[in-house]
Amino acid sequence: MTSTRETRLYQVGTFAAGNRLLDLEDRSVQAHPDRTNAITSGHRACRGCGEALGARFVLDAAVRAAGGDLVTANATGCLEVFSTPYPESSWQVPWLHSLFGNAPAVASGMAAGLRAQGRATRVVGQAGDGGTVDIGFGCLSGMFERNDDVLFVCYDNQGYMNTGVQRSGATPPAARTATTSTAGDVPGNPFGQGKSAPLIAMAHEIPYVATATVADLRDLEDKVTRAMEHHGARYLHVLVPCPLGWAADPSDTVRLARLATESGLFPLFEAEHGEVTGVTPIRHRVPVDDYLRLQGRYAHLFGEPGRPDLVARLQAGADRNIARFGLLEEGGDRP
Amino acid sequence: MCRPQVVAAYPISPQTHIVEALSDLVRTGELAQCEYLTVESEFAAMSACIGASAVGARAYTASASQGLLFMAEAVFNASGLGLPIVMTVANRAIGAPINIWNDHSDAMALRDAGWIQLYAADVQEATDLHLQAFVVAERTSLPVMVCMDGFVLTHAVEEVDLPEQEQVDAFVPPFVPQQLLDPDDPVTIGAMVGPEAFTEVRYLMQQRMDTAIGTVAEVAHDFREAFGRSSGGLVRGYRLEDADTVLVTLGSVAGAATEVVDELREQGIAAGTLTLTCFRPWPDEAVREALAGARRVVVLERAFSVGRGSIVGQDVRDSLHDLPVTVVEAVGGLGGRPVRRSDVRRLVEGVAADLLPTGRLHFLDLDHALLASAGVR
Amino acid sequence: MFNVRFHGRGGQGVVTAAEMLSVAAFDCGLHAQAFPTFGSERTGAPVTSYCRVDDRPIRFHEPIEEPQAIVVQDPTLLHAVPVLAGVQPSSYVLLNTSRELSLAGVPDGDRVAPDRLVTLAATDLAREVLGRPVPNTALLGALAALTGVVPLEAVLVAIRQRFAGPVAEANVELAVRAHASVAHDSMGTVRAMGPARAGGTVGGRA
Ligand SMILES: Cc1ncc(C[n+]2csc(CCOP(=O)(O)OP(=O)(O)O)c2C)c(N)n1
Ligand code: SF4
Ligand SMILES: [Mg+2]
Repeated sequence: MTSTRETRLYQVGTFAAGNRLLDLEDRSVQAHPDRTNAITSGHRACRGCGEALGARFVLDAAVRAAGGDLVTANATGCLEVFSTPYPESSWQVPWLHSLFGNAPAVASGMAAGLRAQGRATRVVGQAGDGGTVDIGFGCLSGMFERNDDVLFVCYDNQGYMNTGVQRSGATPPAARTATTSTAGDVPGNPFGQGKSAPLIAMAHEIPYVATATVADLRDLEDKVTRAMEHHGARYLHVLVPCPLGWAADPSDTVRLARLATESGLFPLFEAEHGEVTGVTPIRHRVPVDDYLRLQGRYAHLFGEPGRPDLVARLQAGADRNIARFGLLEEGGDRP
Repeated sequence: MCRPQVVAAYPISPQTHIVEALSDLVRTGELAQCEYLTVESEFAAMSACIGASAVGARAYTASASQGLLFMAEAVFNASGLGLPIVMTVANRAIGAPINIWNDHSDAMALRDAGWIQLYAADVQEATDLHLQAFVVAERTSLPVMVCMDGFVLTHAVEEVDLPEQEQVDAFVPPFVPQQLLDPDDPVTIGAMVGPEAFTEVRYLMQQRMDTAIGTVAEVAHDFREAFGRSSGGLVRGYRLEDADTVLVTLGSVAGAATEVVDELREQGIAAGTLTLTCFRPWPDEAVREALAGARRVVVLERAFSVGRGSIVGQDVRDSLHDLPVTVVEAVGGLGGRPVRRSDVRRLVEGVAADLLPTGRLHFLDLDHALLASAGVR
Repeated sequence: MFNVRFHGRGGQGVVTAAEMLSVAAFDCGLHAQAFPTFGSERTGAPVTSYCRVDDRPIRFHEPIEEPQAIVVQDPTLLHAVPVLAGVQPSSYVLLNTSRELSLAGVPDGDRVAPDRLVTLAATDLAREVLGRPVPNTALLGALAALTGVVPLEAVLVAIRQRFAGPVAEANVELAVRAHASVAHDSMGTVRAMGPARAGGTVGGRA
């Protein structure tokens, strides 16, 4: 697949060629001089934390889309803990932490409360994968089903990181966590468990569902912006590698997010009202090995004797995603 | 060691390492014939224990704080159904403000849930209480919480005499359920009961709790016979004979209390201390007997009832209502603030000198400078 | 009673260090208690852990405020947290650093007796022996040499109990080498003054 790109020739006044910043409206939210900096620096996330990176881009883009008129509800989890060590806070937007399992409902309540007062303030709910797909799932489904005017963002690091890396309903097969150790004959998290929250969200036929990662940050910003163009229930599922929980090098966070998509393990797509409207095709397909080997949580699959059978099953899962979403097909990109 | 057959648990600090270790034991097969459920919430954890227990499996879970409250509806249900589930509570404060450190607000919030509540003074006792809990639960068909102070005990390394597995097997016999969902003999558990009999069901529950006082004491006695170590039971007194001033505590403060009592005795102050191991059912007689000789009692707890004051203090006062004993109520060690011997000594000295009025809750360790900085006097 | 306080950062084995010291004490037939002050710390955040050793059972649970020894696993903490709080004139301070170090400007630094301050390049040594920058077993070996709270052999028992196989042996080597370097360095000064453990008695009851 070849993509074409318009070539432009910038001249600096004479024939000499030069560079220039993009027009303001074309710049990424982060490159914008007046970005909100919704989560300011100095928080206590680990080095290389994908969640900190993802949340900053999501919130800044949402604040821009909302014209600064936005409130947010946050579930218990790493993001909440590392951003609010008493008596400090990293949040430059109005922010409420209530409980671990209720962030979607708290966000629903915010939306209702604002509507009741005739205010147009937008609402963003945020949680980790545990707060989203496990303990908060009932509230989330209720929020979707009622089509409450909330953008709910799940920062998926594939486990309960805040409490020390236990398994969640989003932990992938074969991954080692504190509750799916590699002891015994089922190495790591069992196959055949877990769920796809984005597909379940789609089954509610809500206005907008998308997946994204911290590898393609412009894409992440675009999806937030598009989500904010809709009203009603919207869901964004962002893959945010966690160096601690994945036993990976902190400098590999973005690389891992990219390999997750390029291997097909984490498909990038958008859906409106229950129908897929666009997928991001894989540019350079890689075998799942490339992704898995960088992570200590899969170390038991490699080496001697290793578990090539399990790697093959993971590869088969990636292949299924590629087929299901047409990730290698041309024209698979967003319309 | 107690051979649970179903463990259903959800991670929460400071309980996580308990369930992680159990999950490992199950996965390696060291804990044979045990199913470990990585549930999606505490509500599911307790509910799974209810299901497991009803079909005759020994069920166990562990939780704390927010998790304990998240499962609250199922906690009340488990006792209402008379299911002998055992739960470790790694005591932790309740938010907001969110706080992962130790106090007793979580277990105290569920003191009326119809569960037996046992509090461990140290790591050894926490170990021993678990053995006793399964026996008490299954003998009374009531659920039992084993409360141990979060971090202070859950994350402490102390010497522990770990009993041999054979000894444990002899002490904790296989589970014989008193009620069972059995296709050969179908029963309906959990029927709706209206005004015509609801009171009576509750009355019977209260009666069962009353008999549990005897069972807790009896099992502690059997434990001493079997293991040669005194652990658990209803209450434990220290230097109570001829004590004028008695400090009542529960949980891990007990050790500091004994140290302080020794120091005060050296200074000529006739102090003693009483540790409550069993808080529910309330061991009225044992408390009364232990404290009858005292002139002043001070209750120091790690929780209080907002809008009222002391929780345990109320019960103590009630047990002593017709005796000439003054009861002073104090709270300290909230949200992980350590309860130091020096604080405890100051408290008991103050009470011994009749300096602390009754009828109000005393805060052991308020940081007045901090309050002043917020403009509060 | 002999009280040791460990300061380090999440990921440096601070909690494990205190636990291993308690296991070493158990091995000598002493009583011990180890515990951390845990927060919701992430990798790199300051962590404190404690170990009490005594020849009598330890009944109470409270943080150590007047330690007989302070182990600082990470020198960047000196200006970040009050690592020297409660230091006594007789307290040992064992600092992991590869540089020339002065306590000037460090809170309570002036209260540390110069002959009780020992530095060890434990991270460098760990990198060399283990291939990983985890300094805790080296510091335990050094602590044993410095204070005599437990003998080196007991530390090795604790290490072997904690780790298995080649990892255990590498840590043993690390502890032995750290022990030797401190024992050698401070010969005649620190060691002679230490509250040498006589007949299984540790210090006095402070
Ligand atoms: C009712 C309840 N149960 C358990 C907890 C403990 N807890 C806090 S955060 C957390 C895990 C968070 O995982 P996730 O939502 O994936 O967020 P992450 O930390 O991974 O970003 C758990 C189990 C809690 N706070 N409340
Ligand atoms: S544990 Fe993972 S998610 Fe949590 S702060 Fe560290 S890197 Fe981020
Ligand atoms: Mg997570």
